Amino acid sequence: MDEKKTRGTENAPSGAKGPISVEAYSKAGYDRPSAVPPPVFQRPGVVRGPGFGGGPGRRFTSEFSKAKNTRGTVLRLWGYLRKHRALLWLVFLLAVLSSASSLVGPYLIGRAIDAMMGGKGAVDFTRIARIGAMLTAIYLLGAGASWLTTYYMTEVSQKTVRGLRKDLFAKVQALPVSYFDARPHGELMSRLANDVDNVDAALSQGVTQAFTSVLSVVGSFAMMLWLSPLLTLLSLAAIPISVAFTGAISKRTRRYFTKQAGDLGELNGFIEETISGQKVVKAFGREKALEDEFGTISEKLRRSGLLAQIYSGMVPRVMIMVNNLSYALVSVAGGILVVKGQVSVGLIASFLNYSRQFARPINEIANQYNQLQSAIAGAERVFEVLDEKNEHAESEPGYRPDLVKGNVRFDSVDFSYERGVPVLKDVDIDAKEGMTVALVGPTGAGKTTVVNLLMRFYDVDAGSIRVDGRDIRTLDRDALRGSIGIVLQDTYLFSETVRENIRYGRLAATDDEVEAAARTANADTFIRRLPEGYDTVLNEDGGNLSQGQRQLIAIARAILADPSILILDEATSSVDTRTEMHIQRALLDLMQGRTSFVIAHRLSTIKGADTILVIKEGRIVERGTHAQLMQAGGFYYGLYASQFKRHEALTAGV
Amino acid sequence: MKRLFGYMRPYRLAALAAPLLMLLEVAADLIQPKMMARIVDIGIANRDLAYVYRTGAGMIGIALIGLIGGTGATILSCTVAANYGKDLRGGLFEKVQSFSFAELDRFKTASLITRLTNDVTQIQHIVMLSLRMLVRAPLLAIGGIIMALSINAGLASVLLISLPLLSVALALIMARSFPMFSVVQKRIDKLNSVMRENLTGARVVKAFVRSDYEKARFAKANEGLSGASLRAIRTVNLTTPAMMTALNISLVAVLWFGGVKVNVGSMSLGEVMAFVNYITQILMALQMVAFLTVNISRAKASSDRLVEVLNAEASIYSPKAPVGVPSKGMVEFKDVSFNYEGASGDPVLKSVDVTAFPGQTLAILGATGSGKSTLVNLIPRFFDPTAGRVLVDGTDVRDMDLKALRDSVGMVLQDPVLFTGTIRDNIRWGKADATDEEVIEAARVAQAHDFIASFPEGYDTMVGQKGVNLSGGQKQRLAIARALVRKPRILVLDDSTSAIDMGTEERLQAALKEYMKGRTTIVIAQRISSVMDADDIIVLEDGQVVAEGTHHRLMEDSEVYRDIVRSQLGAEVV
Repeated sequence: MDEKKTRGTENAPSGAKGPISVEAYSKAGYDRPSAVPPPVFQRPGVVRGPGFGGGPGRRFTSEFSKAKNTRGTVLRLWGYLRKHRALLWLVFLLAVLSSASSLVGPYLIGRAIDAMMGGKGAVDFTRIARIGAMLTAIYLLGAGASWLTTYYMTEVSQKTVRGLRKDLFAKVQALPVSYFDARPHGELMSRLANDVDNVDAALSQGVTQAFTSVLSVVGSFAMMLWLSPLLTLLSLAAIPISVAFTGAISKRTRRYFTKQAGDLGELNGFIEETISGQKVVKAFGREKALEDEFGTISEKLRRSGLLAQIYSGMVPRVMIMVNNLSYALVSVAGGILVVKGQVSVGLIASFLNYSRQFARPINEIANQYNQLQSAIAGAERVFEVLDEKNEHAESEPGYRPDLVKGNVRFDSVDFSYERGVPVLKDVDIDAKEGMTVALVGPTGAGKTTVVNLLMRFYDVDAGSIRVDGRDIRTLDRDALRGSIGIVLQDTYLFSETVRENIRYGRLAATDDEVEAAARTANADTFIRRLPEGYDTVLNEDGGNLSQGQRQLIAIARAILADPSILILDEATSSVDTRTEMHIQRALLDLMQGRTSFVIAHRLSTIKGADTILVIKEGRIVERGTHAQLMQAGGFYYGLYASQFKRHEALTAGV
Repeated sequence: MKRLFGYMRPYRLAALAAPLLMLLEVAADLIQPKMMARIVDIGIANRDLAYVYRTGAGMIGIALIGLIGGTGATILSCTVAANYGKDLRGGLFEKVQSFSFAELDRFKTASLITRLTNDVTQIQHIVMLSLRMLVRAPLLAIGGIIMALSINAGLASVLLISLPLLSVALALIMARSFPMFSVVQKRIDKLNSVMRENLTGARVVKAFVRSDYEKARFAKANEGLSGASLRAIRTVNLTTPAMMTALNISLVAVLWFGGVKVNVGSMSLGEVMAFVNYITQILMALQMVAFLTVNISRAKASSDRLVEVLNAEASIYSPKAPVGVPSKGMVEFKDVSFNYEGASGDPVLKSVDVTAFPGQTLAILGATGSGKSTLVNLIPRFFDPTAGRVLVDGTDVRDMDLKALRDSVGMVLQDPVLFTGTIRDNIRWGKADATDEEVIEAARVAQAHDFIASFPEGYDTMVGQKGVNLSGGQKQRLAIARALVRKPRILVLDDSTSAIDMGTEERLQAALKEYMKGRTTIVIAQRISSVMDADDIIVLEDGQVVAEGTHHRLMEDSEVYRDIVRSQLGAEVV
């Protein structure tokens, strides 16, 4: 809400007790932004099963985060604002106009009161009419200027914030996958949503308010001095009282708010965890125990919240009282001065108004401090992301091959995600054009890492990977990825229509091609059974499709992309074996003529591969065809035997 | 809204007393200008300094009384708001705890979390605002009007023109801006959803080299949002000039007509000064009401979402007069059909007749979506069948005490959700008072003891954000241990060994056989090797049992079963 809307009331004339008390509510923001701080979510403690792709729950960060490098951040933010310098100048001029009108108002009203000083039969109507006309003109001008100030400032702040968001998103596109792997998504989301919002709020309200506040303070103080230095001194006396009170209270307030934010975070974390795991809660009948635990945290929050709110609620009370006191003081002192004939009644009236205009912005600035701080902290967090290292760190543009044939070679590749914890050691793979290479091994052996390296989601530590004889680090990354089709372990689909999701493989594909790809993937039948067929919009959490169906769509997407190299990373792990058999045929067709890497849990799916690589603890321990490995009687044989331990028993009836 | 007010009832005394105390503060504010007018009209006019002092002292006294009233009102309203917030949260949480799976599925987890966190905070915030301001503003407005009338009813007619005009203007602005703000809200959702998709699906976006496409998508959402915000904020900002104009024109009018009245002697100078001030206060108060109305309306979405949760009735609850207690653990499905609430089309289960006997293992095979999970979810009454009956030891589960029923079942769900806490805490979820020996025994059977023992802190290792990252297979084994620790009469394993390697699974099966002796085990699995030892195997297809028997029987009789075996063995074996 625009805080300035109450400014017109400052012109409350003559000695009458002003609206300062209400002002304290609408302006100071004691009651509004601080009454309940924004929820602080902790990382949810729920540990989920495999295949969990990041929850959709929103998370928020504390508003109490403080900026580390205020100067640098403000300067950088200025870099965004600078682009709209012309508009900012306009805003500034308009703010001067509206401030000036509110400064002239009280003075004129005082003069109008003086014009009535004569009392019965002696009122100077010519003067009142003149002053009235001037007031009307000035106020209309002021109202117009004030509206235009916010009108243009909104534009500046919206453009700035839009630019920030755009840069942030472009950055997200440029960041390496490792960045997303290492960070909770909710945290990044909150930078986009909350932090940018904080910047927005501070820009659209803070900037104009800073202009007008400063103008108001300086102008009012000058007017007060000009009207009466003695009364100026007297009304200044009340300010230290109010500052001391507010200071003492805010110190506690901040402490309790921090505690409240912490307790709220704890409670929300608890809610997020228990609701996410609600089915387990039901299965084990833990409802009552959780309600008790909830009650304990909730009570803690009630206490800290109560204290925080009472203390913060006291600030306006004290301010109202101090203002009333100061009002009484000036009234009495002014009364004496008028009686002694030193000043006019109109002057007292004007003076009381100016003293209020002088005191108010000081309080306001103090109250704005928190909002500004959190905006700067927000901007800093946004800039932090923008300063992350890009994925495309290469200085030279990479080579763009016209046609990727699909000869893939890993030469003595070493790799670790974390220093000192090697994941791949001395891995050699030679996949000739059109070959199918299967990767087998226990979970965590490094199979998916091979894929990550080939896609250049990560780069090798030592050794090299070549495609068609070229080190992939010298290839254009997009060209490389464009030549590889991938079906990942965690199927990721977008909340668009089924058709658009498949078309993601090749944006230029026609509807017929999309449907043909779906048929090849064996997905056509179930898609047609969906309520809207190909135009069914997928839920954000994918609730309207089974995991297997999602995987079929992902396979269709890869089929449509028609790549030279194909990666199937546990592509069919969530599909039942009979459905898998159907897809298998489609996949075999698809793999025909392409270099394919297949990672699978079920050995039956990889028996036909040209080479099977057994990876264990980051090393290739066995390689060869199915027949060769079975004969060797090693690890692969063991895996196979355990999978088909009852081979005879099983086949007995067939 | 009414539903949410109900939570206010225990605090209605305090909620009523707060405005009364606030009346003191408002009265102080309202009396001050009148006293100022006295100083001008009596003290100054008569050059009576003693009167000026007396009145000044009175003003200070009134300021202090106002402080007392304001303080009391603040303490009371804060107490009400804090307690209200706590009760509302507690009420919602308990409600969710009472939900059955149908309600959980209907509301969706993410949405429930948002409701219990964000939406509650919103509502609490509004309650606080209302208690503090909504009371004060109307009091100030009414008080101002009364005071203005008491000074000079004739001059008060200025208000008769400006107030309605202003109200109409504000109403128009708000009527225009409300829908605009709801558009803004939708655009924010859209923007966030594009962002979230790009974070979660970063690999896919990169793999398909779609970053330009995504940037364009985001730019569209971004422009949509800032356009909508611009319109909404600009519209709402019209209140400022509207207020200023209405206020200042009234002010000039009062100066003029006040001058006229002073001239004829029907009004004093001080009264004109006080009158102008009251007008200011009335308009200020109105603006406050307008501001609150905007906020309350924007919070309406939140309150609607909360009321929806509070009004939802759990579809499954314990019978009033429960009969029978699970003893042996025999589970019978008698002609069971099931369809999800509100779902049309084919039922998920169609006339299923199966019995699981104590001391035996029943295995369920079937394609994705064939109804396997749904079937076992009927045993602990996560859902109730649409037709037919589920019996445990001969008693319909709907007639049993819900807690006793669920206590006798050990469920291992597909998604092995663990909770923040130590490994020991997590296993104890199955049985709150389990001894350390029982915990370790369960872990041993679940083949989890060895890897737990390999952690430096063993059973005290923290699980979750601060603790170790467990692999999928390890999580599954902990989830199994959690179910085993309660020594359930009926153990249900819902595809819960998929991430466990073959060798470990084999040992697990052997250990389970021993541990579950004389008890009922129901296993859902994909791998033939996981089910071939079972005493009875059923094959579900489209919610119907299409084959039943032992492995050998099925190999002989069932084409479907042989199909599955063939699919897992690979073509050349057959």
